[in-house]
Amino acid sequence: MNVELSRRGFLKAAGVGVAGTTIGAFGFAELEAAHAAAIRPFKLANTMETRNTCPYCSVACGIIMYSKGDLRKGETAEILHIEGDADHPTNRGTLCPKGAALKDFVKAETRLKYPMIRKPGSDKFERVSWDQALDRIARLMKDDRDANFIAANAAGVPVNRWTTVGFLAASATTNETAYLTYKVVRSTGIVAFDNQARV
Amino acid sequence: MTNSWTDIRNTDLVIIMGGNAAEAHPCGFKWVTEAKANRGAKLIVVDPRYTRSASVSDFYAPIRQGTDIAFLLGVINYCIQNDKVQWQYVKAFTNAAYVVKDGFAYKDGLFTGYDENKRDYDRSTWEYEIGPDGFAVVDETLQNPRCVWNLLKAHVAAYTPEMVERICGTPKDKFLKVAQMIAECSSPTKTMTSMYALGWTQHSKGSQNIRSMAMLQLILGNIGVRGGGMNALRGHSNIQGLTDVGLMSNLLPGYLNIPVERETDLATYMSSRAFKPLRPNQTSYWQNYKKFFVSFQKAMWGGAATAENDFAYNFLPKLDVPAYDVLRTFEMMHQGKVNGYFCQGFNPLLAFPNRQKITESLSKLKWLVTMDPLETETSRFWENHGEYNNVNSASIQTEVIQLPSTCFAEDDGSLTNSGRWLQWHWAGGTPPGEAKHDTWIMAQIHRRLRALYEKEGGAFPDPILNLTWNYKDPGEPSPEELAKEINGYAVETLYDPADPTKVVLEKGKQVVNFSVLRDDGTTACGCWIYSGCFNEAGNNMARRDNSDPDDTGAYLNWTFAWPLNRRILYNRASADLQGNPWDPTRKLIAWDGTKWSGYDVPDIAPNAKPDVVGPFIMNQEGVSRLFARGLMRDGPFPVHYEPFEAPIANVIAPKIRGNPVARIFQSDVPQFATSEEFPYAATSYRLTEHFHYWTKHNRVNATLQPEFFVEISEQLAAEKGIAHGSWVRVWSKRGEVKAKAVVTKRIKPLICDGKPVHVVGIPLHWGFTGQARKGWGPNSLTPFVGDANIETPEYKAFLVNIEPTTAPATV
Repeated sequence: MNVELSRRGFLKAAGVGVAGTTIGAFGFAELEAAHAAAIRPFKLANTMETRNTCPYCSVACGIIMYSKGDLRKGETAEILHIEGDADHPTNRGTLCPKGAALKDFVKAETRLKYPMIRKPGSDKFERVSWDQALDRIARLMKDDRDANFIAANAAGVPVNRWTTVGFLAASATTNETAYLTYKVVRSTGIVAFDNQARV
Repeated sequence: MTNSWTDIRNTDLVIIMGGNAAEAHPCGFKWVTEAKANRGAKLIVVDPRYTRSASVSDFYAPIRQGTDIAFLLGVINYCIQNDKVQWQYVKAFTNAAYVVKDGFAYKDGLFTGYDENKRDYDRSTWEYEIGPDGFAVVDETLQNPRCVWNLLKAHVAAYTPEMVERICGTPKDKFLKVAQMIAECSSPTKTMTSMYALGWTQHSKGSQNIRSMAMLQLILGNIGVRGGGMNALRGHSNIQGLTDVGLMSNLLPGYLNIPVERETDLATYMSSRAFKPLRPNQTSYWQNYKKFFVSFQKAMWGGAATAENDFAYNFLPKLDVPAYDVLRTFEMMHQGKVNGYFCQGFNPLLAFPNRQKITESLSKLKWLVTMDPLETETSRFWENHGEYNNVNSASIQTEVIQLPSTCFAEDDGSLTNSGRWLQWHWAGGTPPGEAKHDTWIMAQIHRRLRALYEKEGGAFPDPILNLTWNYKDPGEPSPEELAKEINGYAVETLYDPADPTKVVLEKGKQVVNFSVLRDDGTTACGCWIYSGCFNEAGNNMARRDNSDPDDTGAYLNWTFAWPLNRRILYNRASADLQGNPWDPTRKLIAWDGTKWSGYDVPDIAPNAKPDVVGPFIMNQEGVSRLFARGLMRDGPFPVHYEPFEAPIANVIAPKIRGNPVARIFQSDVPQFATSEEFPYAATSYRLTEHFHYWTKHNRVNATLQPEFFVEISEQLAAEKGIAHGSWVRVWSKRGEVKAKAVVTKRIKPLICDGKPVHVVGIPLHWGFTGQARKGWGPNSLTPFVGDANIETPEYKAFLVNIEPTTAPATV
């Protein structure tokens, strides 16, 4: 992560300095120690902090996600809490009623977990493996492209259009995903290619 | 946005029209509050509903949806009549003085060249007169009756305050108050910002809604300055990015175009893209088009793109229609001409108009693939949910493959916000179950398809087999690798053209930005406008220095803004012809006698003399356009056209229905209603507590706004015998919904052309999956017609009827 010193770490270090000087100088050392002992440990103290941005509207508020486990160490990471990033110049830590409930999106009961196939005429989805799903998609694409690809128009000009399959791209994927999607889709000749900016 | 969220703090007047930032962009709206509190800025809201933005405004004026052009041309007329014009700006920085060709005219709602059968114009007269020197003719005295200023003056003269009231239903005194507040910003030291969203785009003349305000902002001298601008509040977190990267039928990344059939080779394609300056000494930056195009082709196809094969020009498809946009695609699907379809994070069953048609279209597909982190109605369009999705599963023969993808919290990468900031984010959580990154899914599809072509051969496999794919893990390219490819790199070692012994950039190194791209195949760049985002200095999108010298709101070291980390577009226009800021308290950049510098990256060559080179460097003229030439399909000036379904006839041109050049498919015509059958003017909108169809999956948001409702006035409720909280049926000529009625003072009947018009408000957040109660979206009702220029569907103005009913059967 591109953060040398986390905000929480900085506050912790600064806090020690304050306790060691000001409080001590006023002679509150014992009282302070008793008070500190009575306070429940901060729940997020041992969590991993990760910077992200809200995926909803285009204000793109900065957020901090707190997780148990560190992805960068190859661990499984479970997000426990999400809050506004006070360092972010646009939102300065604030979030709206959608952003404030982001954890519910990450943890929604209706998050998809497995590839599924619904067969023609069926009234249910059935679980399949990724290999089954992806091989099936590649086969469906290849067969349709080979059957319907328009290599040239009536005048013999190469037009390389594939009009019988379309691709709708998203509105919240990253630019990097968008670019890779562009490469994969355009290389096939798909022209019915749009994203949510159209609506 | 020409400016940024944090720049709104610099304004004197905010106009929210065609949007509702307080509810749809709450944390961005905070900057309006800052401007009000710290600068004494005022807020005007013009909207059919008294929204939460309106509730904190200094002045609210009601307007009938779909009449914004009449209102805005009325304000332009007011400014001209009352000499409220930033004259120096208008004369130097717009095409006001340009003389338009003989033959161009406007009459009864139409410009010269209209062909009713084609529903299109011959736009050849919508051009400047070209002088013997090859440049456009200008009359700086503005005396020539055919100069743009005089044509504009005549064009807007019809939009008097009385006419505005007649069309828009805005009482004359309220309109005049708004016009007067806006007109004050013609002072060089007063600035207005326009904040708009889908309330302007989702109309059959959406592009011209926005043009009208852009023209007004130019007349007031408010483009390119701090606290000014045209600020589109994009609806989704990366809809800006997806568009920038060109995921549209007719686009290449960076707003380059997919070729059309008549552009048979690269030379022909480039011949209409020479972008020769139309006035002496102008920049006309698009003259570099070929560098960006060739560099893109090199990024796509590497060694297979050579000068000999026109840099693989023929690997690209060529269009035979302007675009296979979503409306055309679903029309084709409805006709059985589409076999397979992919939806990546997109829910067309609730997002595209005329849901019945969408269901019928999807049912004709052989196969559908969805990729989403959440359940969508689209992936379950075949599933019966009683009244909420009344289909017969057994009769639907579409094979549906649903792929689970990760969400924002589980991937790395950049999103582009409304202010064009590319902000990098990091994954913090493990994906659930077997959910996979979209990059992995797309790579897997490509690799498997490629393997089949390698093994079996088939239709023109070259673009697939030769696609650049030099990633460390071919099965999953990393976000950093992709960002570097987007930024661009040297394919060969680059030498200085002036001194061939001097190396500019070693082979394989990242280009610093698009200024070093070349058209000879020695550079590659995935998306030229993003170039500079990840160069040899590292990942500039991950920069997190939030310092802001002198509190200008620029934050130049926070992430990366396109182009070239520039925060305010056209910022050269913030200074006068001597290069001094119009408003010294709001300096952005200034000329020191030899170069431009200041708080932002100058939007002009650093040594371009202020009295010679115009600020609008992307235009061939070097100035901005009050007259759009032939670049808009529906006219060089905006005209008031009614929505396709309108409660009154067009009082400017009674014979014209809708936008006269908007594309309509014949099969949809019988489903356009008249106000005799469907008397009420409906519109759609978002709520603060929900984001489209996503947040109904979240417990908290589903609790905050649990069920579908429609909003109507007390007067309409009384007329129809509808009690607050009771069930109503709302129907159009295309479908029906059932909802709870919210009877409100926030909507009031308007008097338009002497007739009362009732507005019905329909929020858009319910469906049949997720945690909220089942409901419908407005797309069950809306017409299948789009904007004349870009085909955005007309969701904001249509006709319905309403009556009391009983609760739908629960499923």
